[in-house]
Amino acid sequence: MSLFTFSTAGLMLAVMALTTYTIRVTPMAIFHRKLENRWFKDFMFYIPFCVLAAMTFPDVIYSTKSLTSGIVATVVALIMSWRKRDLLTVAIGAVAAAVLVEYLKIVMF
Amino acid sequence: MGERTKKIKTVIRRQNSRRKATLRALKWRRDKFNRRLREQVNDLMIVRHLPKFLKPKKRSQTQEQPKSEYVRGLLLGKSIGLGYVPVSFTFGLVAVQMGFDPWVAVFISLTNLASAGQFAGIRMIAGGAPAIELAMTTLVVNIRYFLMSLSLTQKIDSKLPTYKRCIMAFGVTDEIFALAAMEKEDVSFPFFGGLMTCPIVGWTLGTVLGAFAAELMPPLVQACMGIALYCMFIAIIVPPSRSNKKIFYSIVIASAFRAYSNMCLASIRYHKTAVVGHSLSQLLPQQLSAPHSSRPKR
Repeated sequence: MSLFTFSTAGLMLAVMALTTYTIRVTPMAIFHRKLENRWFKDFMFYIPFCVLAAMTFPDVIYSTKSLTSGIVATVVALIMSWRKRDLLTVAIGAVAAAVLVEYLKIVMF
Repeated sequence: MGERTKKIKTVIRRQNSRRKATLRALKWRRDKFNRRLREQVNDLMIVRHLPKFLKPKKRSQTQEQPKSEYVRGLLLGKSIGLGYVPVSFTFGLVAVQMGFDPWVAVFISLTNLASAGQFAGIRMIAGGAPAIELAMTTLVVNIRYFLMSLSLTQKIDSKLPTYKRCIMAFGVTDEIFALAAMEKEDVSFPFFGGLMTCPIVGWTLGTVLGAFAAELMPPLVQACMGIALYCMFIAIIVPPSRSNKKIFYSIVIASAFRAYSNMCLASIRYHKTAVVGHSLSQLLPQQLSAPHSSRPKR
């Protein structure tokens, strides 16, 4: 029934896994020394925030069925995270908000 | 100097030693009293406000106190593990809908542990792309893990052996890295091991659930699950930006740059180019905004 099983896509799965792991392990295995460059340290501190922000902000709005629910859920998530809620609480709250908006749209129109 | 003076001296010596003994006894009594008083005050101050089941039993109190690094990591990673479940659930759903065997989907989750990379990967496999192209796409989409891993090497002990580093490298994901980066001190091996346990279990378990129970979910909820991943990102980056203005600015700059580059790339049709451009736009903003935003304020 399934198109892609271990026998048909085995090579692809191995390629995927190996590539991902190589990316992660290369710097870990090579750099044993601590770098003392202040600019570099600063840069490394701000990386996660920038990458995560760049991954999140335009995409989050389009990640649900419609733009309205996406925007509502994003606003809910922003407010909840601003109030320092837990990861899961924020995720559940936003998904609930998106589902609610979609449901209301079906009911009202 | 006769015998009389000798007698007097011995008497004085005895008296002195007696005095010292009594003084010592008094001191001991005073200290004991103080100790007991302090204990009683401590009990009154702290224990009174605790709920019943948390009240320490006096003997076992010292045994329970030291919490191992592994347990600390485990507790910290618990919420990430739970947060991963809905996301990997979505992955399971999508993979099975695209024609993947459920166990293949679970295998991908277990070996890759990367959300965006996995989604891109199954899209490439389903599209019948050659292995080299798949490797290139995975590399470009996951290149941020290289930077995260590099950043993490600055926070681990330089004497840590390579095999332990190789185990740690497997757990470098966005959220785990974010939590490890927030640690004030160096990240130890057991702590990181604890930190990555729950997310790996949650990620795999979510995929299992999503792949096998795809048809049980109402379609409305299925459509809205995709936002869970982004909400976790928001929940990670927003709280620290309250206290650190530089983080706030770098978030704003990065997302604005990404939105701008998105508009420019929207007209490109080839999905390959779009994937490259997409990942480049993820890479560029951090290089532009980080040095700019970390400039000290005066």
